[in-house]
Amino acid sequence: MSKTNDKPERPGHEEPDHLKLRLFVTGASPNSVRAISNIKNICERHAQHKYSLEIIDIYQNAAIAEEEQLVALPLLIKKSPLPERRLIGDMSDNEKVLRGLGLI
Amino acid sequence: MSTTRAKKKIVQPRKIEKSPTGISGLDEITEGGLPKGRPTLICGGAGCGKTLLSIEYIVRGILLYNEPGVIMVFEEKAEELAANVASLGFDLATLQQEKKVKIDYVHIDRSEIEETGEYDLDGLFIRLGYAIDSIGAKRVMLDTIENLFAGLQNEAIIRAELRRLLTWLKSKGVTAVITAEKGDGVLTRHGLEEYVSDCVILLDNRVSNQIATRLLRIVKYRGSLHGTNEYPFLIDEDGISVLPVTSLKLERNVSSERISTGIPSLDKMLGGKGFFRGSSILISGTAGTGKTSIAVHFANEAAKRKERCLYFAFEESPQQIIRNMRSININLNTHVESGLLQFHASRPTLNGLEMHLVAIHKKVKEFKPRVVVIDPITNLVSIGSVSEVKSMLIRLLDFLQQEQITVILTALTNSASYTEQTDEGVSSLVDAWMMVRDIEDNGERNRGMYIMKSRGMSHSNQVREFTISDAGLDLVDVFLGENGVLIGSARETQQLEEQKSLAVHSNAISRKDREIKRKETILHAKIASLREEFESLQEELNKTFVEDELRKDIIEKNRLQMTEKRHGIDNQKKKKQPTKL
Repeated sequence: MSKTNDKPERPGHEEPDHLKLRLFVTGASPNSVRAISNIKNICERHAQHKYSLEIIDIYQNAAIAEEEQLVALPLLIKKSPLPERRLIGDMSDNEKVLRGLGLI
Repeated sequence: MSTTRAKKKIVQPRKIEKSPTGISGLDEITEGGLPKGRPTLICGGAGCGKTLLSIEYIVRGILLYNEPGVIMVFEEKAEELAANVASLGFDLATLQQEKKVKIDYVHIDRSEIEETGEYDLDGLFIRLGYAIDSIGAKRVMLDTIENLFAGLQNEAIIRAELRRLLTWLKSKGVTAVITAEKGDGVLTRHGLEEYVSDCVILLDNRVSNQIATRLLRIVKYRGSLHGTNEYPFLIDEDGISVLPVTSLKLERNVSSERISTGIPSLDKMLGGKGFFRGSSILISGTAGTGKTSIAVHFANEAAKRKERCLYFAFEESPQQIIRNMRSININLNTHVESGLLQFHASRPTLNGLEMHLVAIHKKVKEFKPRVVVIDPITNLVSIGSVSEVKSMLIRLLDFLQQEQITVILTALTNSASYTEQTDEGVSSLVDAWMMVRDIEDNGERNRGMYIMKSRGMSHSNQVREFTISDAGLDLVDVFLGENGVLIGSARETQQLEEQKSLAVHSNAISRKDREIKRKETILHAKIASLREEFESLQEELNKTFVEDELRKDIIEKNRLQMTEKRHGIDNQKKKKQPTKL
């Protein structure tokens, strides 16, 4: 598993509205690349210093696909704050992403 | 394929390889199974057995052909699936442990997912690829992939991805079965048949008259011959069986052995020997004409030959039949007790035609009879249409004849019209057809019987009257009166009439005989008197002759005496004379 921890500004500092995100991608497919850059942009703009993003390439670990019930990719899972949300796509629809993450 | 290559290769294109399903009947219809390395679409309405068919394909592939399989379900939970399959005697858990099968349950819930732009179904590809590679699967089942349409919004993406998935499966070299829900007027709700073009199997569960029948049809099968009909199939504790196994071929052994019908006079109509073993015999007729009685005679005769006989009664209970047959001097009880005769009675409406067929199949397989009686087939119409009954009977006859079992069917014909066609339309299927009917004439009803056909043997073409009496069934000899064939009391009157004239005639004859006798006596008397006359004449003649002799003797004696009396010379002379002489 290759976890690309996108260096949250203050690791360990858990605020109640701290966003914990996990993004599943497939290598460097166009959708994956777009999704990574889009989510980063959104988070930087709307949740600066309040998020952690874990990017997982499932080509590296196919078994996780079954565990995490992956079907459509890229998939972004908001682990916390609850409720857990799943967002699929290249994260190009800003409004939907923000609503999904509970940022607006 | 590899036996004779070079020349054959040019003449005919390579047959496509098939992946056998191991499901009884289906491989026969598809001529070997599903197209190997290609996807097959199985579509049908809810509860028609799509999932079961695909699971059987996977499980039988493992058990019979040692081909591991992947089951990917979009509908049921993996545990539910295992439980469902366990009811058929398949143990998915063990197979999973043995790494023969891999079950992956795909869960998609639209309410949990937010779509935020372009995506693909790579997750599915990776999961499937991983599952296939982890056990070296040759077979894949996707049930029901259409659920993707419910879980995701962007139909364009799903369609594109499905197309890609199928191409990818082909490139993987796995044989895939994909199930899909039937749509309104189309094969599948989401038009999956557009993508799966190699083989499409349609399942249906049709309910008519409150009785359900499952049907299977191969809609298309690219590059292969296949049966095109709708084939009824069953789901029982042994899984799916598409019936019949043999219907596509008309190849079977035939016997030229003849077996008696139990009615000697009927045997006589059939060239004196009865029917062929393993043939199918239809007895049709109007109500109360004695169809059952004829069938029972046949069964009784089989039991007497120590052959097992299976009697399917759809109208009367076994006890009823036994009691009724006692009245015509047939004791079936002894055969039932000795185990040679077995009754299997059920109401036709008990279950669908197909279940009846299976029940008959099973009983026959268990009991292994030489003779089967089905009495009557008419009642089956009440649970299915004529064509369904016909198709069921075709398959039944086929099966029985394959097993070299002689089968007697009785059928009730509509008394309103003496049609020469049975309601079930099976008359063309059977080898022999006897028709019994009422002949109403002269204020009474009589039973007439004739043999409409009897393949492969000479048979009488006469309408014979037959009687049912305490002694059993008998055919009355053809009785020709002045106005044609006579039956019933007309025949009896004629018979009496003829007896009378016979008596008169014989009387006349005896009178003449006596006359002759008398003449003979007279003649003899005359001869005797003539002989007497002759004798007396002869005696008379003899008498004179004897008298002459006597007279001569006496004269001689007298002469001798006279000479003796003279003595002397005469005496010497007398002594000398004999020496001289």
